[in-house]
Amino acid sequence: MLRYILWRIAVMVPTLLLISMLVFTIIELPPGDYFESYISELRAMGEAADMEEIEALRERYGFDQPAPIRYIQWVGGMLQGDFGYSFEYQLPVSEVVGDRMWLTVLVSFVTILVTWIIAFPIGIYSATHQYSWGDYGLTFLGLLGLAVPNFILALILMYFANIWFGTSIGHLMDQKYLNEPMSWDKAKSILEHLWIPVIIIGTAGTAGMVRRLRANLLDELQKQYVVTARAKGMSPFRALVKYPLRMSLNFFISDIGSILPQIISGAEITAIVLSLETTGPMLIKALQSQDMYLAGSFLMFLAFLTVIGVLVSDIALALLDPRIRLQGGSTK
Amino acid sequence: MTVSLPPSGAPLNHYVSTAPFDPHSVEAMTAGQAKIFQASQLRLMWWKFKKHRVALASGIFLLVLYMMIVIAEFLAPYNLHTRNMDFIHAPPQRVRLFHEGQLVGPFVYGRTMTLDMDTLRRVYADDKTNVQRLRFFCSGDPYKFWGIWEASTHLVCPAKDGEFFALGTDRLGRDVLSRIIYGARISLTIGLIGIAVSFTLGIVIGGIAGYHGGVIDLVVQRIIEVLQSIPSIPLWMALAAIMPVSWSPILVYLGITVILGLLDWTGLARAVRSKLLALREEDYVLAAQLMGAKSSRIIGRHLVPGFMSHLIASATITIPGMILGETALSFLGLGLRPPITSWGILLTEARSVSVIAFYPWLLYPMIPVILVILAFNFLGDGLRDAADPYK
Repeated sequence: MLRYILWRIAVMVPTLLLISMLVFTIIELPPGDYFESYISELRAMGEAADMEEIEALRERYGFDQPAPIRYIQWVGGMLQGDFGYSFEYQLPVSEVVGDRMWLTVLVSFVTILVTWIIAFPIGIYSATHQYSWGDYGLTFLGLLGLAVPNFILALILMYFANIWFGTSIGHLMDQKYLNEPMSWDKAKSILEHLWIPVIIIGTAGTAGMVRRLRANLLDELQKQYVVTARAKGMSPFRALVKYPLRMSLNFFISDIGSILPQIISGAEITAIVLSLETTGPMLIKALQSQDMYLAGSFLMFLAFLTVIGVLVSDIALALLDPRIRLQGGSTK
Repeated sequence: MTVSLPPSGAPLNHYVSTAPFDPHSVEAMTAGQAKIFQASQLRLMWWKFKKHRVALASGIFLLVLYMMIVIAEFLAPYNLHTRNMDFIHAPPQRVRLFHEGQLVGPFVYGRTMTLDMDTLRRVYADDKTNVQRLRFFCSGDPYKFWGIWEASTHLVCPAKDGEFFALGTDRLGRDVLSRIIYGARISLTIGLIGIAVSFTLGIVIGGIAGYHGGVIDLVVQRIIEVLQSIPSIPLWMALAAIMPVSWSPILVYLGITVILGLLDWTGLARAVRSKLLALREEDYVLAAQLMGAKSSRIIGRHLVPGFMSHLIASATITIPGMILGETALSFLGLGLRPPITSWGILLTEARSVSVIAFYPWLLYPMIPVILVILAFNFLGDGLRDAADPYK
């Protein structure tokens, strides 16, 4: 088991390296750097730029050096917890970000949990009651859930919340807790606000998961061992729970790998629409003002989150299924 | 007919029957059987596809939509940028048939506008005495059809000196319905161009990886894994954000399609690769190799056409993702830029809560978005089933 985990972590390293190269290329692509636009902006306002300070910053972040060296410095800095400098806020990135990253993790994690809790019973119901009205209804709902994109769902919910309750939804906590340290009241406020983004982000993932779980379980239910178990007099419920469900549980956990990028994507765009205090709104602002170190570390963080999520699901899968553990191979 | 055998030891006579050969003479097929057994692959697929009613309906719906965007100028009551300064944020007008119990034909009531001084909002009320009959095949806003021919004929236009906003107007008094019709042009084509990019990339990269295997395959596999593990929308946002502000809207449009296509080929490449890994062991590939065919010819001429139908089906399923990607990017302000108008651009108007609360008709563009995505999903499902007609 330990060998499998170590091997799996070792595989993760080249993936992360490739991702970091890709992200760095994206950061580097815009012509010119932040300082040039900053200087021209100051000039346009009729102010003189403090060239000395800018030169110092340039040197500190190695803008006078060729790209490969800057890449190594960037990656090395990240490994030591230095994510670079946000030029717009004039602060190190790690200070700008604050608890936004943890809130992103929280939102994604809760969304996955809710996705599981909802998708599991519905998937089982749909598979065991194939072609019933309930199955058709749920399938149609699922298709609708897949077709309505996150941000449109967010807009619709905003509209109805305004009509029915006369309040505006949005934000992840009461505004008075914004820059305060974590406390019980703050946690309560976050929990109160959490359910709306979770519904919005989770819908598409839940719908997809129900669809795949249903297909998977249907395949399993038609296998001969189920027929044999039924023929020998096992009750339908036991014949479902004892083996086929366990088999599709495997799939259930490995499916995280395919819905996690989707959930994180959805979390970003929903956060922008609802102005949640997660990475989304800040990422888009950073991208628009070409504050590339800030944007780059956000991208890197989101990719890292996905890779870790897949890693955890793979390890859970190995714990659950001895075949994967013993082969030590990939799960796909 | 008796043929005498030659004496033993002498060569046999060479004999060829000149009668026409009919392979079905022994077991004659009925007309119905012949129709099925001799049907071409395409015909079989069409039969199978026809059985999937929802997919067929979706296909027809999409076909109609795509035909509509060709004549968008004619269908839209107003031009894309026509501003009606007297009717800013006007709510939708209902099309009625009866005025005071009498059949008048389709008409709308005129509008009177008052300014609510408390909330500073424009309040519109129907003027029940002002019956404005709609005109059909009439002359309205002049436009250049396809940017070439001058014309002014519209399918439907408001009464002379009247107005007709079936879905309301936006903050500049532009007709939302007309803008949705024009926006379809961009929103629907962006998926097709994007899929062309990703289709080419997927077949070429997946083909090379699957056919050659070994190190190339390993590298390609890794790249695909990396691309699939990065959440797509943030990556799209980053790539869209680095497009220079100085680019013209047309260039931005092309840039967005390329970005959407560049990140989308991974699924197709995977499918092509796994298929080729199995198929390259077939005898006909060996035969082609022995005859000296180059690998590009074997992949393109012998291998890929064999499962082209599957590829087209799976490509159809990825189109809605692209349409959504563009809509989301434009909605966030990172995608297309005015004056190019897509459904996403239209939805940017409805970004804040106050706008949604006061002017909910600005949310109408999301209805075509949802319908088109649903239709493409159904169509893709049907095509996937039909791609293998023998199953």
